[in-house]
Amino acid sequence: MNLRDTLTLSFSTVASYRTRSLLIVLAMALGVAAVVVLTALGDGARRYVVGQFSSLGTNLVIVLPGRAETSGGFPGAALGQTPRDLTLEDARFVGQLPQVRRYAPLNVGVAELAGGGRLREVTVLGSNAELLPIRHMKLSQGSFLARGSERSAQIVLGSQLAREFFPDGRAVGQRVRLGDSRFLVSGVLAPQGESMGFNSDEIAIIPIDYAQELFNTESLFRILVEAKSRNAIEPAKAAISHVLTLRHDGEEDVTVITQDAVLATFDRILRALTLGVAGIAAVSLAVAGILVMNVMLVAVAQRTTEIGLLKAIGAPAADIRRLFFAEALWLSLAGGALGFALGHAGSYFIRLAYPALPAWPPAWASVAGVATALFTGVVASLLPASRAAKLDPVLALSGK
Amino acid sequence: MIRLDAITRVFRMGDQEVRALNGINLDIASGEYVSIMGPSGSGKSTLLNVIGLLDRPDGGRYELDGADVTDLSENDRARVRREKIGFVFQSFHLVPRLTAAENIELPLILEGVAPVERKSRVEAALDAFDLKDRARHRPSELSGGQRQRVAIARATILRPTALLADEPTGNLDHRIGAEVMALLEGLHHAGTTLIIVTHDRELGARAHRHIAMRDGEIVGDET
Ligand SMILES: Nc1ncnc2c1ncn2[C@@H]1O[C@H](COP(=O)(O)OP(=O)(O)O)[C@@H](O)[C@H]1O
Ligand SMILES: [Mg+2]
Repeated sequence: MNLRDTLTLSFSTVASYRTRSLLIVLAMALGVAAVVVLTALGDGARRYVVGQFSSLGTNLVIVLPGRAETSGGFPGAALGQTPRDLTLEDARFVGQLPQVRRYAPLNVGVAELAGGGRLREVTVLGSNAELLPIRHMKLSQGSFLARGSERSAQIVLGSQLAREFFPDGRAVGQRVRLGDSRFLVSGVLAPQGESMGFNSDEIAIIPIDYAQELFNTESLFRILVEAKSRNAIEPAKAAISHVLTLRHDGEEDVTVITQDAVLATFDRILRALTLGVAGIAAVSLAVAGILVMNVMLVAVAQRTTEIGLLKAIGAPAADIRRLFFAEALWLSLAGGALGFALGHAGSYFIRLAYPALPAWPPAWASVAGVATALFTGVVASLLPASRAAKLDPVLALSGK
Repeated sequence: MIRLDAITRVFRMGDQEVRALNGINLDIASGEYVSIMGPSGSGKSTLLNVIGLLDRPDGGRYELDGADVTDLSENDRARVRREKIGFVFQSFHLVPRLTAAENIELPLILEGVAPVERKSRVEAALDAFDLKDRARHRPSELSGGQRQRVAIARATILRPTALLADEPTGNLDHRIGAEVMALLEGLHHAGTTLIIVTHDRELGARAHRHIAMRDGEIVGDET
């Protein structure tokens, strides 16, 4: 019997046992769909996190006061002695390093913003002109903080704030009051949405000097540094550590983290997680495989006389083995295909329901899911198929 | 041409031995029409199964068309069955899922005949066995006589040299049984060796050679 006839004949057999075949196909399909959907979720979470980090900026090195406990590069809480402050002076030294393209000192606080007849508390960032390129922010109107003129009282508003205080859309050039000082609105940020739990649409940015005055502090919250290139990230990190240790009397009391390290950690964790859930889902496929084996064994028992007949009319054992094998192949193929479709539909609906989560099933998961279905189905059919092939024709014909 | 030489077939049931065939010597020439009769349990079916290479004897020698087939491998026996033997059973043994035409087509598929030729040969067989208007029917939609005609068409579609029928009319009423016998005899006239196991004296008498069995032995062989 040639391959084509084997496939056609086994297909018509599978098709004629409709209910039973549907059940197996469904069991397989759910397993495959579980693999696809769960990996889509896992990988979506990974992409989401990676995307959030990337939106922070490229080749980013972040300096924060205090010593992180672990050396793994993870921004753990600063424990131990009260760290020495990170100052604007420190930031300027960091900015002088050859590996550094630009830097932006950062202070964060909350202050009352008044303007356009409105008043409310807003989150205020103090920084310099370099914040814009480092953080990949964009303006929708006006200009950012003027370079080198940190002493001019300018303010840049997040898009949401600008809309709230100046609904007519003409925020630039207006005067507002922040705390006790007056500022001139120089620009409005383009809408960016949330990133790392920080909604840049609802912030106001002022020059660092004003911020330190406003919050009455000398110490920086952070220094954002952009290295000259990807290869310069690690040297920059080392150089920054070195120069700050020197400046702090040999005390290594700052933490320098690179976005790459953080990103890599998250990436690793979430990849492992995705693999984990894929593995769990694959177990359900193994269960489906056992189901296939069971059903095939029952089929062999039910069709004993038919197998005897096939032998009587001259079917060699190999043909009979292949027929049952092909039946399992059809079942798992249909299960795999249906599961693939279900999984992708499921992922689509997840993306629809949670647009922020890029729940695209990774290609490897779809392939692995379908392949596992085929593999389990085929392996599960080996025993029943060889049992059928080994039947004694005389006994089989008499139904024993 | 069939030559059985001191063939034995022993079944063991626990510590009991049943000699289903006990030293059978039998020559059947090509184109003969033979009936095998005997009481139930005398070994008729076992003999037919050995002749049809469905069963292996425990002793003796079997020569088919001049070749020793006693110790053929399982695969070779399947091939010989396909090429030289046609079986007809009391209970028809049609595949319930397949239509009459598809049942008849099965041996052609096993043999690897091309689809176009398959179609025309099945068509011809349906014609010859008066099953044309039943081609697309499943066995459950056919009468007993029609089912046996489908089974005979299937058994002969590869033009075997020997047709072995084990009580082919056992499940049919007398009139239909006679029709089926006429059909089988028609095949014999066309040159096929025909061996029929039957309980029915009247039907058995129609053969040209009558073999009587008892307790696994041949106790009568008349022409
Ligand atoms: N598979 C088997 N296992 C055990 N005994 C068997 C088997 N097949 C046949 N026999 C025994 O062999 C003898 C001959 O059986 P069989 O050839 O079927 O007789 P018949 O067809 O003449 O009625 C009987 O006694 C039967 O019980
Ligand atoms: Mg019998």
